[in-house]
Amino acid sequence: MTTKEALFKYILRIGDTNLILGQRLSEWTGHGPFLEEDLALTNITLDITGAAKSLLEYAALVEGNGRTEDDLAFLRNDRQFFNVQITELPNGDYARTIARQVLVDCFDFYFYQELSKSKDETLAGIAQKSLKEVTYHLRHTSAWLERFGDGTEESHNKVQLALNELWQYTNELFEMNEVDEILIKEGIAVDLNVVKTKWEKHISDLVEKSTLIIPQNVFMQTGSRKGIHTEHLAFILAEMQALPRMYPDAKW
Amino acid sequence: MKSSQDIFELFSEIPDPEIPVISIVELGVIRFIEVLDEISIQIIITPTYSGCPAMKQIEDDVRKKLIEHGFSVIDIKTIFSPPWTTDWITQETKEKLRKYGIAPPEETTQDKSWLLGIEKKITCPRCKSLNTKLISQFGSTACKALHQCQACLEPFDYFKCI
Ligand SMILES: [Zn+2]
Repeated sequence: MTTKEALFKYILRIGDTNLILGQRLSEWTGHGPFLEEDLALTNITLDITGAAKSLLEYAALVEGNGRTEDDLAFLRNDRQFFNVQITELPNGDYARTIARQVLVDCFDFYFYQELSKSKDETLAGIAQKSLKEVTYHLRHTSAWLERFGDGTEESHNKVQLALNELWQYTNELFEMNEVDEILIKEGIAVDLNVVKTKWEKHISDLVEKSTLIIPQNVFMQTGSRKGIHTEHLAFILAEMQALPRMYPDAKW
Repeated sequence: MKSSQDIFELFSEIPDPEIPVISIVELGVIRFIEVLDEISIQIIITPTYSGCPAMKQIEDDVRKKLIEHGFSVIDIKTIFSPPWTTDWITQETKEKLRKYGIAPPEETTQDKSWLLGIEKKITCPRCKSLNTKLISQFGSTACKALHQCQACLEPFDYFKCI
C-alpha cells in the first residue's frame, strides 16, 4: 500500500464515521424530546455532517480520479464504508442516543486533539475546527448522561442498559491496521493507543460521576476497518442514497 | 487596480445572512484577499461552523459582489486553520449584536472555567440584568445558545463562545 492509498483510506474512515453518525442523528430532527433538545441535537448533527463533507471532499482530492464527495457518499455500497459500527446502530431511546454520543464525542475530543498536530495540513485544519465543536458537544452530552444516570430510577436504568449494550462496540474506535502503521511513520495518523488511555480515564470518571457502571468482561465487536458492518448500515444507505441513485443528475 | 483593502471595504457592505446587522467582514470569515490583476482575484474564507448553512450564501454573495465590480476570474478557497473563533469579533461589532438583541460572546475561548462546572453569567441585551439563565446550549442557528432573563423575563440569543 502506498502512502497515498493509506491516506485515502484513513480519511474515508474518519469521513464515513462522521457521515453515518450525522445521518443517524438526523432522524431525531423534529422528534426530539422537547424543542430545545431537538434544536441542540440538530445543531450537533449539522457540525458532524459538515465535518463529513470536508473530509470526503479531501478524500476525493487525495484519490484524484475524478470522484467527488457526493460520489463517495452516495455511490458506494455497505462493504465499501469504513465507519465504526457504533455510528450505524439504531438511535433507540434518548438515553441510548446520548450514551452513544458521549462515547463518540469523548473519542473525537482526544482524537482531534492529536490529529490537530498531524503533518498533513488539511487533516490538521479540519481537526482543529472539529475539536472546537466537539468540545461543545461533549459538554452538552456529558451533562445529559449525568442527568439520566443520577435522575430517576427509570432514566438510570435506561441509560445503564444503553451503556451495557453499546460497550461491545467501543473497542473498534481504537483498532489500528496497516493504514495506521504507514501513516504514523509519516507523522500523519494518530496513535490510537494514546487516545484510548485518555478516553478510558475520562469515560470512567464521567460514568462514575453519573452513578453508572462500566460493563465488565464484554466481548468486543470488530470488522469496520475491513468494511464489515452490522445489518443496520445497508438500511441507512438505502434511505440516504435512494434519491441520487434513482436520479443521478438531480440538482438542488 | 484595486487593493485588497478596497475589497475588504466592498465586502463590508455584505450583511451576514443570519445576522444582517453585522457584515461578513465583521463576522471574521474573510481571511485573505489577493487582487491578482484587474479581473482576477483570490479569496480565502473560513467557516464559522463546519456545517453552517450560511457559508454557501456568503460565498455566493462574495462572488456576486466581485462580478459587479468587474472581476471575472474568481477563486474562492475555504481553509480550516486557524479555526474561526469569536475572539476575532471586535468590541464595536459586539455592541451592534447587543443592540440587535443578541448577547455578544462575553468570555474569551481561553477561559475554560466551564470545565469546573462554573457557568458564566450573561448580561440581558434588553435590560442589562445579570439575573439570566441558560435555557439551552444550542439555539436558532449554529452560532447561538438560548438564554432567558429572570428580570424582564425575555428569552434571548447568546452568541456562543468558540
Ligand atoms: Zn432582561
